[in-house]
Amino acid sequence: MTGAVRALLGDGRWHFQHGPIDCILLAEGEPGVAAACIERAWERFRGLLAELVAELDLLRTDLSSLDGARIAPHGVVARRMVGACRRHAEGGRFITAMAAVAGSVAEELIGRFDDARIQRAYVNNGGDIAVHLAPGARFDIGLVADPAHGLAGLPLAGRFAIDAASGVRGIATSGWRGRSFSLGIADAVTVLATHASAADAAATVIGNAVDLDDPRIVRRPANRIRDDSDLGARLVTCAVPPLDAAAIGRALAAGAEAARSEIARGRIIASVLSLQGRVLVVDGASAGPIARPLADAAFSRSLVPC
Amino acid sequence: MTNMSATPSSFAARSDGQPIDPGADVSIAALDHARVPERMSADKVRCEACPVLCQISPGKLGACDRYGNVDGVLTRLDTLALVARPGTDLVAWNAAAQGQWDGSLVGGDAPVFVSGVGSGTTYPDYKPAPFIVASTHAGVDMVTVVTEGIFSYCSFKVKIDTDRYLGPEQATVRHRGEAVGHVSTIEYGSQFLALGGVHHLTGGSKKEGRVVCEMMMALGNREPVELQIEGGASVVVCADRPPIVDGVEERRMRVGCGSAAIGIFAPQWAGHVDEVVVIDDHITGVLSEHQAGKFLDMAPTGIVLRGRKSTPGRYFQVAHPGAGWGGTDIVDPLSIVEGWERGRGARPGLRLLMVSTTGEDAAWFVLDDALVPRPAEMPADVRRVVERIGENCEPSLCSVLYVAGAGGSLRAGVTDNPVRLTRSIKDLLVNVTCGGAPVYVWPGGGITVMVDVAKMPSMSFGSVPTPAIVSPIEFTMRLDDYRALGGHMDRVRRLDEIVASGAYRLVAPAAGNPWPLDAPRGAPA
Repeated sequence: MTGAVRALLGDGRWHFQHGPIDCILLAEGEPGVAAACIERAWERFRGLLAELVAELDLLRTDLSSLDGARIAPHGVVARRMVGACRRHAEGGRFITAMAAVAGSVAEELIGRFDDARIQRAYVNNGGDIAVHLAPGARFDIGLVADPAHGLAGLPLAGRFAIDAASGVRGIATSGWRGRSFSLGIADAVTVLATHASAADAAATVIGNAVDLDDPRIVRRPANRIRDDSDLGARLVTCAVPPLDAAAIGRALAAGAEAARSEIARGRIIASVLSLQGRVLVVDGASAGPIARPLADAAFSRSLVPC
Repeated sequence: MTNMSATPSSFAARSDGQPIDPGADVSIAALDHARVPERMSADKVRCEACPVLCQISPGKLGACDRYGNVDGVLTRLDTLALVARPGTDLVAWNAAAQGQWDGSLVGGDAPVFVSGVGSGTTYPDYKPAPFIVASTHAGVDMVTVVTEGIFSYCSFKVKIDTDRYLGPEQATVRHRGEAVGHVSTIEYGSQFLALGGVHHLTGGSKKEGRVVCEMMMALGNREPVELQIEGGASVVVCADRPPIVDGVEERRMRVGCGSAAIGIFAPQWAGHVDEVVVIDDHITGVLSEHQAGKFLDMAPTGIVLRGRKSTPGRYFQVAHPGAGWGGTDIVDPLSIVEGWERGRGARPGLRLLMVSTTGEDAAWFVLDDALVPRPAEMPADVRRVVERIGENCEPSLCSVLYVAGAGGSLRAGVTDNPVRLTRSIKDLLVNVTCGGAPVYVWPGGGITVMVDVAKMPSMSFGSVPTPAIVSPIEFTMRLDDYRALGGHMDRVRRLDEIVASGAYRLVAPAAGNPWPLDAPRGAPA
């Protein structure tokens, strides 16, 4: 069996990988301290997958079911996953703890950088990102609305800065084109929250809400595409035809309503929804300008939800 | 083996969870993690690479997208494709590679060729190509520079074997509603389409670019692509498979139109027949009236055919495309004969052969006293010629050729003086291959290659979101020549190091591909 592996990338970032987990890590601060934090994060990372796998059955349980309401895993990350997702199971909505796995792992690792001598750090787990920011520090984020366009040479759908004062420490993106499945049709729903685990769960839920009843949307049972998907035979989005403006508007409005509900309950800080070229930013009136345009600011350290 | 030294970009998974191609020509047998693969149910394979312990159904990937079940064998898929030398005992070689690697196999001729498939790329950086691999072949030190190029300037030339009318020259070809190319020239029996290219990829709308990119990947990876030609037909194109035109699969290229068939086979019919009609939806031929028949001094037969006479023995509009004889709508051949004129040669006992341009349908008649054609048993001499027509009809196929220009920054990964690579290629000192498949290098400036995708490993083509196409390319030359053209000598790695990393899959070369490590033609013996 192959254990966890890590590799230092040319630009100072690290890649930690084990099975399906791929994390990119960066830490800036006093050099010795940054390196020591990376080592602590690595030590924590090595046993993480086995810890999750040991309780996988619990983590794949529908939290809105009778069994789901009672589960209480032992692992730290597992408990965080269940905690982040259980609140979304209200009203019988299907959700398993797996909806927050990536963000929860990222959040577990970023905890190793909690040191006053670290200026900035991030753990990017396949597009679900946990950040550490010292007072006065900030990260510039590029938002890619449509993963099919990516970075190379094309303008980003949005740029914003998250500064320490904003309270944002978690960024997650959900969409039907990514590795994870979605029940909705959004190209990308990005959520900013105080914790990566919360952002991850909310992005899934809001992404599922961006939807339309259109027979041309191709949906297939999740377990036909990927064995043993925790979604079972639920229909996940496989293809979305070009939609007219009214349809795009309706689908985004449904997602926006879900996003506003999450903000009102204090679970997330802001959300950006995109669908076929239209981008909608939802943030609380009292939240202040989270999505500050960078204007001509140079784009550094791309944190791109993919 | 617990620490990978290569960067993650070298292991970019091709898939995003979609089922893998079950036709992948993978021949790898043993991996550490699958030393004890357990069949859990039916054809599932258990992967032990990580604690998740996926049980993978055939054609699917595990949770990591790196391992999959290919025909019941656990296979690593995000890897470099090493093309195995024909005749190599892959199992034995692989067993040796997995065991103590003492480099002994490298002492002999390299049994594998490192192809660019899965090698990653350094675009747009000016860093040396991902792999610069040294190996020995026939006692000569060779080096292969391997990369996956990112190509915006690339296209596909598709040759469709069909006699059906596909559409007017220059007409736009559409895929999923977007303009993806145009109709080029028709060569005898084959219609050419020009698809893709930088203008459709990046010059039109974003949607057009994405649709074109996906279509190009599908074409290159030998998947079927549905096309609609403006003012013409719909056609499903798939490399090395018969075209499907307006829902009908083409089967055989006809030997020629009715007139051509008459011209080819007339001497072989002479003396055995009094009249031959070759039925075709373009030009139907009549032997006795045809130039070929006149040359053989055949007597007139007084046959009256429907349709419009063209030049002697050649008739238009006798039949139309359909599901009958030879792709025409004719089911009863006599239905095209309107009568026989006694005054112009029709006589009792006249022997008539009616045949399609593919030789699959034929009928033999003899006129009775009332000049009515009566079916009779076809003589052996005549049947032989009918069968020969069939023998001359090749299967209809689509051929997909990838054309790409490798003249830009890609060369900087090979040498610090790019034009010297270009010159070395023109001087025949460098074998250029795509995924190990031989390419045609166009004359003139630049490095413009053309390659038959059927000769490349499966899933050779990928894409990046620009949109642009990712495809493998390799340059093989003698090590001395590489040094002379300013190659990055400090980046040369030995083949055994690559193999020792374990992150590869073995691929069998397409039949007939020359071995890429054979000395380039221009190199001294």
